[in-house]
Amino acid sequence: MATLGRKKQKEYTELTVREALAKGDLFTKLSTVVMGLGNLVRGQIVKGIMFLALEIYFIIFMITTGVESIKGFITLGTRTAEEYFDEASQMYLMRAGDNSMLCLLYGITAMILVLLFFLVWRTNVKSAYNAELITKANGHLPTFKEDVNSLFNGNIHKLLLFLPITCVLAFTIMPLLFMMSMAFTNYDRNHQVPANLFDWVGFKNFTELFSSTNGLATAFWHVLGWTLVWAFFATFLNYILGMILGIVINREKTKCKGMWRFFFVLSIAVPQFVSLLVMRTLLQPNGGVNVLLRTLGIIAEGQSLPFWTNVTWARVSIIVVNIWIGVPYTLLQVTGILKNIPNDLYEAARLDGAGPVRIFFSITLPYMLFVTAPYLITQFIGNINNFNVIYLLTAGAPASLAYFNGTAGKTDLLVTWLYKLTVDFSDFNYGAVIGIMSFVLSALFALLTYHRTSAYKNEEGFQ
Amino acid sequence: MANTKRKITRSKVNNVIVHIILAVLSLIWVAPILWVIMTSFRPEKGAYPTSFFPKTWTLANYEKLFTDTAVFNFPRWFGNTFVVAVFSCILSTIFLVCIAFCMSRLRFKMRKPFLNVALILGMFPGFMSIMAVYYIMKGLNLLDGPLKLVALVLLYSGGSGILNFYVAKGFFDTIPKTIDEAAYVDGASKWHVLTRITIPLSKPIIIYTILTSFIAPWIDFILSKVIIGTESKYYTVAIGMWNMLERENVYQWYTTFFAAAVIVSIPVAIIFLLMQRYYTDGMAGAVKG
Repeated sequence: MATLGRKKQKEYTELTVREALAKGDLFTKLSTVVMGLGNLVRGQIVKGIMFLALEIYFIIFMITTGVESIKGFITLGTRTAEEYFDEASQMYLMRAGDNSMLCLLYGITAMILVLLFFLVWRTNVKSAYNAELITKANGHLPTFKEDVNSLFNGNIHKLLLFLPITCVLAFTIMPLLFMMSMAFTNYDRNHQVPANLFDWVGFKNFTELFSSTNGLATAFWHVLGWTLVWAFFATFLNYILGMILGIVINREKTKCKGMWRFFFVLSIAVPQFVSLLVMRTLLQPNGGVNVLLRTLGIIAEGQSLPFWTNVTWARVSIIVVNIWIGVPYTLLQVTGILKNIPNDLYEAARLDGAGPVRIFFSITLPYMLFVTAPYLITQFIGNINNFNVIYLLTAGAPASLAYFNGTAGKTDLLVTWLYKLTVDFSDFNYGAVIGIMSFVLSALFALLTYHRTSAYKNEEGFQ
Repeated sequence: MANTKRKITRSKVNNVIVHIILAVLSLIWVAPILWVIMTSFRPEKGAYPTSFFPKTWTLANYEKLFTDTAVFNFPRWFGNTFVVAVFSCILSTIFLVCIAFCMSRLRFKMRKPFLNVALILGMFPGFMSIMAVYYIMKGLNLLDGPLKLVALVLLYSGGSGILNFYVAKGFFDTIPKTIDEAAYVDGASKWHVLTRITIPLSKPIIIYTILTSFIAPWIDFILSKVIIGTESKYYTVAIGMWNMLERENVYQWYTTFFAAAVIVSIPVAIIFLLMQRYYTDGMAGAVKG
């Protein structure tokens, strides 16, 4: 406990902007308007110039494009593309209108830049106040060179995290904000850019998704239901079957343990998209499995089992194929943990006359559940968002016209439906709403468990 | 006596049954792989064979894969994927080591918020923003010709995968803090601790990261499909092979697809086997007591 207490102490000095504004002198206060002034006055020339340059650059950006972009974000464009008569060439020409989608994108980019500038501004005020305090105390002001050197020592996290955070901002956060804002517009197939404009509609898409009559709500509830059913079976069947397989292979009396393990793990070495495409072709009406069954005489010549064409068959086939794909992974994951179960637990159970089934449910399963709960949750969330298996096996088929004009099929998950809506049907608004719903679903399950696991609580337990 | 004897024979019978079940199951798991290999040697075209085992064997499919490059330029796709894989694995390893080091070994103000934000961002379905990513890449002018491959490298290394630093962080967490503290007492800077202590001690997890990020471009299908589009010159193997199975190509290219599958599986399988070793080592922790 003593070490924990020590770690909780602040290892960094902290100045707040509020304090700087209340207690700072004239130069510190003026640096809120002229950035870098506080540093310049106190002799940190390079630092001051950098702040000032950033401010000037930001002002130029705002005047040339920034303000326009933010305005565009609010209006989402006002002029539609139109035909007009060109006097000079005596022809009808097209005049390009506003592109709502670009308005949205530029608007979000501009707002992120404003936010970043605000952070720089805060750093600037703090830095000015810091310089003031050090000068007043007759301390040593760090030179620019020392500041750079600190990037390799005290401030190394700033150096190391700069590029990764930039990437996360550009490739994860910005696209997410962009797509999420589409959930509040009417950017569907009838409002395609650049020929048309789209506009803000508030929560209309959400209410439609829950209670519309054009098949959207039906599709949503059905797809959501299948997503949960799928995630449940895909997670727990793989888990339990993988574990049983692990136990059977690791039994004392099983011969050639390595060989059996190799056979099962072999399938992981084949890239997943290949094995999924292979499974898809194998289970076609004239695919390998049906041919084999005909050759063996199990089904009559010319007949075939409807693996992908019948709804129930398709759903079961997907889960079974997923078992084929997933069990080897579970096998790998659990083998080590199974060996860790204390042997005396088993011996005590055997002395009490418990059979293998009883031992599994009373000892192995509770122990494994206890140890691998976080793994199970990530698997469950991963399966809610398991795009590859569904898209490569059935692509959502068999289709159903009742599902919002056939945009979704009977085996579609929320994510594959989302993909089809955006990429194939250009209903970006509904796609975005479904994405948000899918996130809410994952977040719920994650929050329920992450904070309860000991791995999260005792992060520093080993250090 | 008779009772125990019956018990022994019963357990023997059980044992035989278990082995038979195992054999049947492994047949189910191995059969599709055998089928892939057999189909890649099958001479007759088309997706619907009349027999399970090929009647004659041929190498023509492999030959076609490497010589008939007018429509489906497999060697080029292989090269594209390889280049993308090399660069994205260098970049993402650097990124992951940087993040994991900061989150595990350092304590600074924004650390907890970062960890939580990463956790939340990881819960969004990756496909949600795929179109947005496309437009952002277009805005950065990274969708012209070969630059598409640069865009792919950036997305594989800096995209949502960057949020999977938790495994590496967990490994770094197992390095005893006292080692770092001893180094600081000796006057080492944090940069020195990172380069001279943490990285050398983390070889298993770094190699594991290198291997996983090298594999990603070979098996990713959907991101590359959206970014590359229809320009077949810049396909990666996954999109190219998907196209072989499209309705208009499937008759001509079906068996060739399997030849390609075998060839792509070889590097992935080798890396996977290597990865297994480092994964186990990685999970075992950095410094063994």
